[in-house]
Amino acid sequence: MTKIDTSGPEQVLPTPSHTVGPFYGYALPFRGGEDIAPAGHPDTVTVHGYVHDGEGNPLPDALVELWGPDTEGRVPTADGSMRRDPASGDFLGRNGVEFTGFGRIQTDANGHWYARTLRPGARGRSAPYLSVCVFARGLLVHLFTRIYLPGDEAALAADPLLARVPAGRRDTLIAADEGHGTYRFDIRLQGEGETVFLEFQ
Amino acid sequence: MTLTQHDIDAEIAAEHAAYQKRVADGGPVEHHPRRDYAPYRSSVLRHPKQPPIAIDVTQDPELVELSSPAFGERDITGIDNDLTRQHTGEPVGERITVSGRLLDRNGRPVRGQLVEIWQANSAGRYAHQREQHDAPLDPNFTGVGRTLADDDGFYRFTTVQPGPYPWRNHVNAWRPAHIHFSVFGSAFTQRLVTQMYFPNDPLFPYDPILQSVTDDAARRRLIATYDHSLSVPEFSLGYHWDIVLDGPNATWIEEGR
Ligand SMILES: [Fe+3]
Repeated sequence: MTKIDTSGPEQVLPTPSHTVGPFYGYALPFRGGEDIAPAGHPDTVTVHGYVHDGEGNPLPDALVELWGPDTEGRVPTADGSMRRDPASGDFLGRNGVEFTGFGRIQTDANGHWYARTLRPGARGRSAPYLSVCVFARGLLVHLFTRIYLPGDEAALAADPLLARVPAGRRDTLIAADEGHGTYRFDIRLQGEGETVFLEFQ
Repeated sequence: MTLTQHDIDAEIAAEHAAYQKRVADGGPVEHHPRRDYAPYRSSVLRHPKQPPIAIDVTQDPELVELSSPAFGERDITGIDNDLTRQHTGEPVGERITVSGRLLDRNGRPVRGQLVEIWQANSAGRYAHQREQHDAPLDPNFTGVGRTLADDDGFYRFTTVQPGPYPWRNHVNAWRPAHIHFSVFGSAFTQRLVTQMYFPNDPLFPYDPILQSVTDDAARRRLIATYDHSLSVPEFSLGYHWDIVLDGPNATWIEEGR
């Protein structure tokens, strides 16, 4: 059954998703997962926040992945997000020079996560954003959302996705400016202020 | 009130019947679990109540979600796909080889992308600090592996057969033996985290996580096939498991889907 017959498209049905479970913490997070921006880059932004459940409690076991373009809107093609030491097998961290665009962060015991990455540039018809994929114990299928940065109201107003989001929920996709290049972005999985999640078709 | 296996069995049966009715009434085949699948109790407060907003990727080929992070040889070490060689001694347990192909919905191989696995040891214990199961840790087994899919989409791991383990969803809840997989496609939209099971596990009907996939055929796609040609003489038993990534990618746009 699990040798997939690729002779016809009707046979190539997807592998179902499952929860990441509670015990990925020694497997998926890697050293420097939150330090995405090259060292000392002037266009570095810090994004951070909490992941909350339907009762407003923060999740100490959520995993956030970020994927975004460079400051010019170019898609990164460099590997090396999770460079390894062939001698010890440990994580080396990034090389501080190349921008891979990818980060992976586990929430801490308080349910808080942060990342330092490059301020994304615009691509296509969209306002600049970071793509976010959220995993957690209890979440049977991961959730996609986006972090838009505030400031350029004209670009945000012209964004094809934001234009379709009900006005009352639009702010869940736009980070709050805390100054000094730091932006707050909370993710609410359920209930009041529930984050807008996306489905790609 | 104590939640028993009997209670969970009844909920699983009701969800299964509800799905079959939806299909009989013309509803779509559901390849993935519903996030609000209540027999898995941890889902109750962790699923959105609002429907997701659909993005038609054919409207904008520039979406960053249509590209994916790159991983390369420096992101893995030579023994990362052999979980039996990561310590000075041999892990306890039955050695197995797990191999298969990483494919997209068109049946085409996904090349060079990262495949990560993690699992319990042969006694059913994870090397995780918060793991409460009173089974022995194995100093020679961590249970983490990584590899890159080759040019034909093949991945391969050498590991030990994981044990089943208890958890606290309800009284006497046991997870069937499984290996957790995390995979990337050519587009971030194809991201997948899932679990692979072993053939003929008697725990399948009792497990609300496996049963959260209410479509019978879809659930079977999570179960590896014993493959004698993958068994290594005098060393390991072989299991074959192909992974098909869902979600649109850039080739869908080329074909005008
Ligand atoms: Fe598990």
